[in-house]
Amino acid sequence: MTTATNDRPASAWERLTGNRDVQRFALCIATGVVVALMTGKSGNTHEPTAGITGTFKSANGYIWVAIFLVIWALLTAREHYSSSYGAVQRRVSRTREQLLGDRRARYGLYGLMLLVAILLPYFVSNFWQEVLVGSIAPYVLLAVGLNVVVGFAGLLDLGYIAFYAVGAYTAAYFTGSLPAQPPFHVNPFWAYPLAIAFAMLSGVILGMPTLRLRGDYLAIVTLGFGLIIEIVANNLTSVTGGAQGVVNAVPPFSVHAGVHYTWPLELLPGNHVPWYYLILAIIVIVLILFHLLENSRVGRTWMALREDEVAAEAVGINPLKYKVMAFAIGASTSGVAGVFFASKTGTFTPGDFAFQASILVLVIVIFGGMGSLAGAVVGAIVLQYLPQALRGHIQQTDLYMYYGALLIVMMIFRPQGLVPSRRRAREIRLAERGIGTADSLAAPDQAP
Amino acid sequence: MCLTHNFWSFFVSGLSNGFIYALIALGYTLVYGVLQLINFAHSEVFMIGGFGGLFVLNKAISGTPHGVASVGYVILGLLAGGIVGGAGAFLLERVAYRPLRRRHAPKLAYLISAIGASFFLFTFAGKEFGRDSVDIKAPFTNGNVFTLFGAKVQTYYVVDAIVAIIMLIFLDRVVAKTRLGQGIRAVAQDADTASLLGVNIDRVISNTFIIGGVLGGAAGFLFGLQSGVIFSMGTVPGIKAFTAAVLGGIGNIRGAVLGGLILGVVESLSVACINNAWTDVIAFGILVLVLLVRPTGLLGERLGRSA
Repeated sequence: MTTATNDRPASAWERLTGNRDVQRFALCIATGVVVALMTGKSGNTHEPTAGITGTFKSANGYIWVAIFLVIWALLTAREHYSSSYGAVQRRVSRTREQLLGDRRARYGLYGLMLLVAILLPYFVSNFWQEVLVGSIAPYVLLAVGLNVVVGFAGLLDLGYIAFYAVGAYTAAYFTGSLPAQPPFHVNPFWAYPLAIAFAMLSGVILGMPTLRLRGDYLAIVTLGFGLIIEIVANNLTSVTGGAQGVVNAVPPFSVHAGVHYTWPLELLPGNHVPWYYLILAIIVIVLILFHLLENSRVGRTWMALREDEVAAEAVGINPLKYKVMAFAIGASTSGVAGVFFASKTGTFTPGDFAFQASILVLVIVIFGGMGSLAGAVVGAIVLQYLPQALRGHIQQTDLYMYYGALLIVMMIFRPQGLVPSRRRAREIRLAERGIGTADSLAAPDQAP
Repeated sequence: MCLTHNFWSFFVSGLSNGFIYALIALGYTLVYGVLQLINFAHSEVFMIGGFGGLFVLNKAISGTPHGVASVGYVILGLLAGGIVGGAGAFLLERVAYRPLRRRHAPKLAYLISAIGASFFLFTFAGKEFGRDSVDIKAPFTNGNVFTLFGAKVQTYYVVDAIVAIIMLIFLDRVVAKTRLGQGIRAVAQDADTASLLGVNIDRVISNTFIIGGVLGGAAGFLFGLQSGVIFSMGTVPGIKAFTAAVLGGIGNIRGAVLGGLILGVVESLSVACINNAWTDVIAFGILVLVLLVRPTGLLGERLGRSA
């Protein structure tokens, strides 16, 4: 960025606002005020200023401003003692490299995490079991699936939850729970493969026309698709049951593939543990598949498309084919999560597939780290755990305010995410220096 | 058939909506011109403009204004909406875009940060100002001004059309004649070269956001006059206006206006034929169709080359 040369001597105001320390001070105060408002009292339609005045009548508002003043002091101090700070940072990153760089250590860590996951339901209360099965696990699956689209292929999908809806409604349709009756009823177990197929199909149908376009068009078309699915679910009452939703969505299954097999504990909506193991098994299988996929020929092709689409095309890669593939794989994962959700909760409404949910999955992927499977898992666990843990302190309606702020903060300070994929982190770094693109949004301009 | 009956009244109300879409679409198209980015948070600029107009007018108006007072209140509301919208867009650029531009972040980062800003803004507005729809006190009594082919033209429609046309002409002149307009066209054509020739890119981008914000905020006020103001009012008109911008050819100012008018009319006529709940599907269908058949839009040239 160049600035126009200005021969006029800078005024006192310009010198003041141009000073980095002053800027940072103002920024910290402003952030403090915004955070205070975010956490403070809510206003209402009759007294729109009640939220603002209420916040600064209580101590809470000033505490946040004070906290950000401390952060300002720390930042300023860091500038003066940056050498020791840098040393600490280097040591931390070296330790992490040693731990994650060694393959055996890494797989050991994964094994340990799996063990913890297997034992977990026996150490938590019934409430947390429900949170694990109902909120955390489906979003782990969703995040892992969206990670293929956003992280591996670098495509921004803002209507991802639509495929979740497709999965849930397909399962409900073929088990006969919707007002519209299917040509044949299937055993609830077969709802899974059917839902995968339908979600994948809808991904391909949506992807074929739109994936030829520039990436930002894709974002808005998928956003529109997400809204449409919600509208259809709400208004096509004769088929979907409308805004009332679906009751007894998918009957619990006890028969598998013709072989009589009953779960050790009955798979009923109120009984969380067997559901937990079912979804854990699905997640582990999906994670292993995607890990293999990432390092396969397809995964490397996605990487090539992400980094330089023109070059990839020049060496004979068909971009559309691989983008649609990523889209379909992501959609089918979402579909699986949808069936699971439908059969676990037993009842769902179109509101469960609102646009916000798509954004939540995106927030999880970004927060965890684009292109990092571990990141998607960690992100889903953290971001779905926190709202439950803070229940009572934060209004549920305000959640998306925090998610939105989190997206901006992540993009400004840590675009690679909490548990970055090394390859993705490197691409973002390179893109910032003007080498490569780190996503498929910078595709050649369609305009003449 | 559904269209023979009341064709003109649907046409007129569609045209009036179309003017509002056009005003919002300009914000998308201007920013797209200089940054080659969809400003996802523009719909929230529209929303806060609505709130700006709401607060000022509901404080100012008592009773039912007539005549000159009505005109004064409409201008006051527009100013409030425009100023709040412009300020919002300016802050948005500073917070969600400029830090990324400084680091030459990949494009995905801009989109994600804009989505974040959009969600933050509308949930924040919902928290501070309540989550119910509020009506703006009417600055004029709505009635039929004249009839067009048997269709009654309401005061709202006339106000929308007059305001939009004045703002559009003003914008067209600003872009064509002023130094700022030259800067915007130069950056849209080739940002690097413009910067080498002494254009202050940061300032041009900032000003572009402000212009888009003023138009969007004023549109928010006009929209709020008819439909009330609510924290979530931005999302759907935002998508439609974006559709309008793409329809006319994104990056093209006159295209955005044309696209907005066409979309408004088509949408309104489709209401005549299908259930109200499905109208949002129409805009989306048009968007997909345009992207498939003619991704460059109807007028299909970029800002720098056309205006």
